[in-house]
Amino acid sequence: MRRGPPDPVHVVKSRRDGALAWLTSGIPYIRFLGIEFDRRGDELTAVLPFAATNIGNPMIPALHGGVTSAFLEVTAIIGLSWATLWEDIEAGREGPAALDPGTLPALPRTINFTVDYLRTGLPRDAYARARIMRSGRRFASVQVEAWQDNVARPFALGLVHLVMPSPIGQPAQ
Amino acid sequence: MPVPDPVNIVAIARQFIEAIPHARTLGMDLTELGDGCATIAMPYAEKLIGDPVSRVVHGGAVSALMDTASGAAVMCHPSGPVSTATLDLRIDYMRSATPGQTITARAICYHVTRSVAFIRVTATDDDTASPVATGTGSFTIEGSAAWTR
Repeated sequence: MRRGPPDPVHVVKSRRDGALAWLTSGIPYIRFLGIEFDRRGDELTAVLPFAATNIGNPMIPALHGGVTSAFLEVTAIIGLSWATLWEDIEAGREGPAALDPGTLPALPRTINFTVDYLRTGLPRDAYARARIMRSGRRFASVQVEAWQDNVARPFALGLVHLVMPSPIGQPAQ
Repeated sequence: MPVPDPVNIVAIARQFIEAIPHARTLGMDLTELGDGCATIAMPYAEKLIGDPVSRVVHGGAVSALMDTASGAAVMCHPSGPVSTATLDLRIDYMRSATPGQTITARAICYHVTRSVAFIRVTATDDDTASPVATGTGSFTIEGSAAWTR
């Protein structure tokens, strides 16, 4: 439990933004696809800015199905990690200040991943949000939805099952 | 009913795959193509790493490779589709790919209907006896030469 007055808003924001950057910036594949994360409190929206190299069918043109699935998978993994680490981030136990900057959190590992392509991915920015349906000690199930122009008209849906990482200091199972 | 020329199907399918900007960005190399089967190799690269500690390739890059191989398998099916798009894909990850090794996906388009193609796909690294990932999916068939509408 926190005692005394709440932290000033800039302290809270920089702690949360710092933890998010710490979680995401060390992953080369996230940088390669150019995925960014927009944070509102603990709500994360992944943003995939349009890039010509993300095109799969140059005739239409349409986003590559593999880019879409990778975007959904990244959103699910980061969304799950973020939700799992949230309490520790808020308590100052986890994040860039609490740990050696060279130490990154262990990430959940995908067991399987199902993606439904509902519409053509258009040649513009895409957004995605993860919804954690279950997060247990060993396994988690995450739904993820991606849209472009209209949030009510998703262009891809994903369901991801993951193995949770071992808590820090405990051997991997 | 016009019967597509098999040599032509492979040439069209190869063109289709080689024109994909994202396949080029990932360094994908089409090594086998024909009769509804396609094999694509993706060399290990720094930018594909999903876990900076273990340096294992991100699952998303493996999915992109498997999706491309599956699309290629559909394109070179003897029914001769003009174009295709993924409807759905399910991938099971058996193990992490060994860092530094090329990942190869081999896809088989085992059935097609007038509008849908069904595929199976397997991804391996140097240890070909133990797959990295397997997948199943369905793809749309656009303007197949084998069907009159």
